[in-house]
Amino acid sequence: MRKVAIYGKGGIGKSTTTQNTVAGLSEMGRKVMVVGCDPKADSTRLLLGGLSQKTVLDTLRAEGEDVDLEDIRKVGFNGTICVESGGPEPGVGCAGRGIITSINLLEQLGAYAESEKLDYAFYDVLGDVVCGGFAMPIREGKAKEIYIVVSGEMMAMYAANNICKGIVKFAEAGGVRLGGLICNSRKVDNEQEMIEAFAQQLGTHMIHFVPRDNVVQKAEINRKTVIEFDPANSQADEYRTLAKKIEENKMHVVPNPMSTDDLEKLLIKHGLAD
Amino acid sequence: MGILKEQDISVGAELIDPHEVKQELLRKVPAKVARKRAKQIVVNEVHPSEDMPEIGANTRTIPGIITQRGCTYAGCKGVILGPTRDIVNITHGPIGCGFYSWLTRRNQTRTNGPEDENFMTYCFSTDMQEEDIVFGGEKKLRAAIQEAYDLFKPKAISIFATCPVGLIGDDVHAVAREMKEQLGINVFGFSCEGYKGVSQSAGHHIANNGIFTHVVGLNDKIKEGKYKINLLGEYNIGGDAFEIDRVLDECGITVVSTFSGNSTYDQFANAHMADLNTIMCHRSINYVAEMMETKYGIPWIKINFIGAEAAAKSLRKIAKYFEDPELIERVEAVIAREMPEVINVRDEVRKRCEGKVAMLFVGGSRAHHYQELFAEIGMKTISAGYEFAHRDDYEGRNVIPSLKVDADSRNIEELEVHPDPERFRPRKTAEEVERLQEKGFRFKDYDGMMREMLSGTLVIDDISQYETERLIEIYKPDIFCAGIKEKFAVQKKGIPMKQLHSYDSGGPYAGFKGAVNFYREIDRMVNSQIWKYLQAPWQESPELTAKYACD
Repeated sequence: MRKVAIYGKGGIGKSTTTQNTVAGLSEMGRKVMVVGCDPKADSTRLLLGGLSQKTVLDTLRAEGEDVDLEDIRKVGFNGTICVESGGPEPGVGCAGRGIITSINLLEQLGAYAESEKLDYAFYDVLGDVVCGGFAMPIREGKAKEIYIVVSGEMMAMYAANNICKGIVKFAEAGGVRLGGLICNSRKVDNEQEMIEAFAQQLGTHMIHFVPRDNVVQKAEINRKTVIEFDPANSQADEYRTLAKKIEENKMHVVPNPMSTDDLEKLLIKHGLAD
Repeated sequence: MGILKEQDISVGAELIDPHEVKQELLRKVPAKVARKRAKQIVVNEVHPSEDMPEIGANTRTIPGIITQRGCTYAGCKGVILGPTRDIVNITHGPIGCGFYSWLTRRNQTRTNGPEDENFMTYCFSTDMQEEDIVFGGEKKLRAAIQEAYDLFKPKAISIFATCPVGLIGDDVHAVAREMKEQLGINVFGFSCEGYKGVSQSAGHHIANNGIFTHVVGLNDKIKEGKYKINLLGEYNIGGDAFEIDRVLDECGITVVSTFSGNSTYDQFANAHMADLNTIMCHRSINYVAEMMETKYGIPWIKINFIGAEAAAKSLRKIAKYFEDPELIERVEAVIAREMPEVINVRDEVRKRCEGKVAMLFVGGSRAHHYQELFAEIGMKTISAGYEFAHRDDYEGRNVIPSLKVDADSRNIEELEVHPDPERFRPRKTAEEVERLQEKGFRFKDYDGMMREMLSGTLVIDDISQYETERLIEIYKPDIFCAGIKEKFAVQKKGIPMKQLHSYDSGGPYAGFKGAVNFYREIDRMVNSQIWKYLQAPWQESPELTAKYACD
């Protein structure tokens, strides 16, 4: 089983990209589990056709110690298995600790066991790696492979660079590696070229450039992935391609994060060099 | 060698050079650690008109040295607020914090009758679980306050924040305000998360601030009595405050409030009605004395009821402050009545204890005060140090202007206090103060521990386990005084060990009757040879073999 974590700046499209990619992998016959690591619990909405998932932490709270795997797993599009970690409302408690609790519980309950015959476990993690809890999926070898969703916008690249710093830290202890950058296009000038250059600086590659298309919005409003909503759409093929590239990806590296100065230089060179 | 001949410290016929001992203590640790510890290990030098040598104190403990220190929460909840009997003290945190800070100091209390409230026999905690950490614990705290109120209808409820509460950001003060309004009783919180500051000392400061802000000044009742004082920094360990109260009562001195041994909420609320603040433990309580002086005009003086001579001196000092011949006479009569029994036992015990040596590493004033008692029975303190005191407790208050305010101290709120528009009433006019001072009376006086120790003694701040063991091996003291964490390691070395936080199972040791108790206890400990007769199994045969009880 490959354990993959998807990171990236908040609002960059991690959940959408993850779920569409997972839908693509499921079409290829892969058995995939998605673990949403966001207190909002909206990481599996498109696969499940709505927000009906009872979160791990809510279940733990309601049931006490007597929790069954079946209480917290739901089957979504094309046999994908969906789990939402859940967490506190904004500004209260500790969402990071919630993720730790949740992933530990999933392990105890055997969600990753051989008998589950999973090909992939995907962790969709909220925003930046703000504290230890959000690094949980890449700690102690829980996820081995990371993809960062990024765009050509400056703050998205800053966030990606910061996440790389986190990966370096855990690469030494847990063996986690960066699999590549996924560019989720915001139609920024020279975006593809810039992210390719950025990836090169980090010692990785841009695994795929996902163009911007309104059909993604339409599919979302219908609570579906593009692959389910409009299978013949060219955007669906983009996600299928991304899924295939991840399946075949052999480039797993410890990234080489850039200094802020170098990152800004790169932005000026590619983004603002008119 | 020591500065003066009579102060040389010897073991048997052999003289020990304290400078060499210091080097020996530093030899085994890494250079950087040694540099820091070198500032905290000082060979004492006393010159009457000069400043004391500078000691490093109130700085961060070096990880791994095995410190004696406790945490900020322990200082706030365990030490300062714990001894008050009719405030429901709720620990907001995991259960261990509440349980292990509950009565471990043997702080006693005595109600005035069955109708009096006493919650000290209860340990209140929100018992935070993982779920409360993840989803926030304010709801549970609110429920705990409500439950405590429904069950006990107390006058006041206080809330103590523990480490996780600080990390997840539960707002104990907001909950306190809300519940205060809802219940109509005083509810107040302390941000005393354990990780704040460098030791429990930060917790003392936070507790002082909280009590001063939320309680002192709420009750203007005029207590009967001619000479009214507060006793600050007395925690009634083993019943010390009972003995002090007895003596003060016989002198006709009224204690308005004690901070905080055997205390009540109403006493705190009424504390501003006293005419003098007397400070026992300077470290833990000087903040509240300073603030009461600014806000209400109550002067403070340092006193010490540990040691019969010290107690007599303190009584005379209080009498002198009130400048009333009647009180002065009555105090002398009490001293004259109390001393014969003290002298009787002291002289008897002294025959057996004279020349024996003690080491004291404890507290923020205890390592100083108990030296008086040892001196009364002829015992020398050859090395001493505090767990959590600051430089002024070692070198005297004259160093305060030169104290560095570092990031750790800045983390603790410093209250800005102004004279109360209605209640500020200077108890002494400027002329009266001057007249008293001319007669040699000293206000706000604490000269620290070092000035009262001999030259050539070793003063060590925040002593480590390794240093403790080496000191014992080098000096072979007749008794070692510290806390529970050190107790058994010291005893294993065959040295009698007296706990000066909890008094083991003894006390009171304050006042005149307390002094007698202490002489007898120390006599028993240093003159019974019990530890020398005990052979530990590993002393006979260093290798132990064992087998499983079952196959």
